[in-house]
Amino acid sequence: MIAPPHPALAPQLLALADDELILGHRDSEWCGHAPILEEDIAFANLAQDELGHAALWYRLVEQLSQARPDHLVFFRQAKHYRCAQLVTLPKGDWAYAMLRQFLFDAAEAVRLPGLAASRYAPLAETAAKIQTEEIYHLRHTRAWVRRLGLGTEESHRRMQAALDALWPYALQLFVPLTDEAALTAAGLVPAAAAMQQEWEALAGATLHDAGLVIPAGAEAVAQDRREIGPHLPGLLDEMQAVARLEGPEVGW
Amino acid sequence: MTFNAEAVWQALRGVMDPEIPVVSVVELGIIRAVTIAGGRVTVAMTPTFAGCPALAVMQAEVETVVLALGAEAVEVRLQLSPPWTTDWIAESARDKLKGVGLAPPVKHGGLIQLILTEAATCPYCGSTQTELRNSFGPTLCRSIYFCQACRQGFEQFKAL
Repeated sequence: MIAPPHPALAPQLLALADDELILGHRDSEWCGHAPILEEDIAFANLAQDELGHAALWYRLVEQLSQARPDHLVFFRQAKHYRCAQLVTLPKGDWAYAMLRQFLFDAAEAVRLPGLAASRYAPLAETAAKIQTEEIYHLRHTRAWVRRLGLGTEESHRRMQAALDALWPYALQLFVPLTDEAALTAAGLVPAAAAMQQEWEALAGATLHDAGLVIPAGAEAVAQDRREIGPHLPGLLDEMQAVARLEGPEVGW
Repeated sequence: MTFNAEAVWQALRGVMDPEIPVVSVVELGIIRAVTIAGGRVTVAMTPTFAGCPALAVMQAEVETVVLALGAEAVEVRLQLSPPWTTDWIAESARDKLKGVGLAPPVKHGGLIQLILTEAATCPYCGSTQTELRNSFGPTLCRSIYFCQACRQGFEQFKAL
């Protein structure tokens, strides 16, 4: 166990890990169900990438808190997860899934360079590692947001409906965690407010190009990640079922 | 002690990427260092794509071949920094990739964004009249292209 540079750092990294894990699981639900084969493959890849990134973050959490990744993933109850509600939402239709992934990818594109500048070297190194892989995610989802937003009347309608529904959830990605301000002051994580501004500009440019309108006056769906929303328990029931059947002594 | 670092490197040249079995872990550029202290060998290894399931397989294989050299203990240490890039893939491996119909990754010198729109070269006929069909492929490290000249699909190792 490494001496943590700040007691709030492990919970902060756990939130990052949980976001990646749960989104990865939701993405994997498209395997065998995407509208075309290429996208079936793409979403399976996205899912696998996000799981890989989650594993790297859980590894850091383990170094700081000794909590085993297998335990965190497969034997933790929903109420102890710290993901944003955005990633827990059921997969929805294609427009909804693509837009969620895009909003998350854009958030990563803003967050990772900031994390790569962290004064905590293991965190900086992990963020730098993940950053290059994410280039392919954003490039892919951005193209699809344009394609669907500017496609047919139906695809546009679905994209706008998805944006209206998802935007307040996406805003939660930038609600600071307890003690996040202290971590920022210590140079360990980037400032949430500045990241949110940058994200709104980045995502907003693509959404505007796609003829989509960001809902005015929206607020984050929750201010505290302890409010997990209604969808996570069902997801965990499925994701954890086999591991719970086999017991914690089996390695995953 | 009956072996040295060079013997370890030599043994590692026999450990292949299970998803691209013509290329060794050394040629991939994922072995960052080999250190020997007494009979204990430490191999620093860096992951290619973070979610690549081949990593665990290669890690286990590295342990096996190093133990077979007579090491008392071997530790394969995961090293993330500096992050792996496809620019580290050896020239010898780039030719082998072409040989199995996999276009080698474009060298980017750290500026991946700049080479994303570059046409891939068909590993079968050498044409650059190719188009990207999917950034994502059968494994995390491959994109799917189509060659207009020889009218067939091929995969390219994704630049990272």
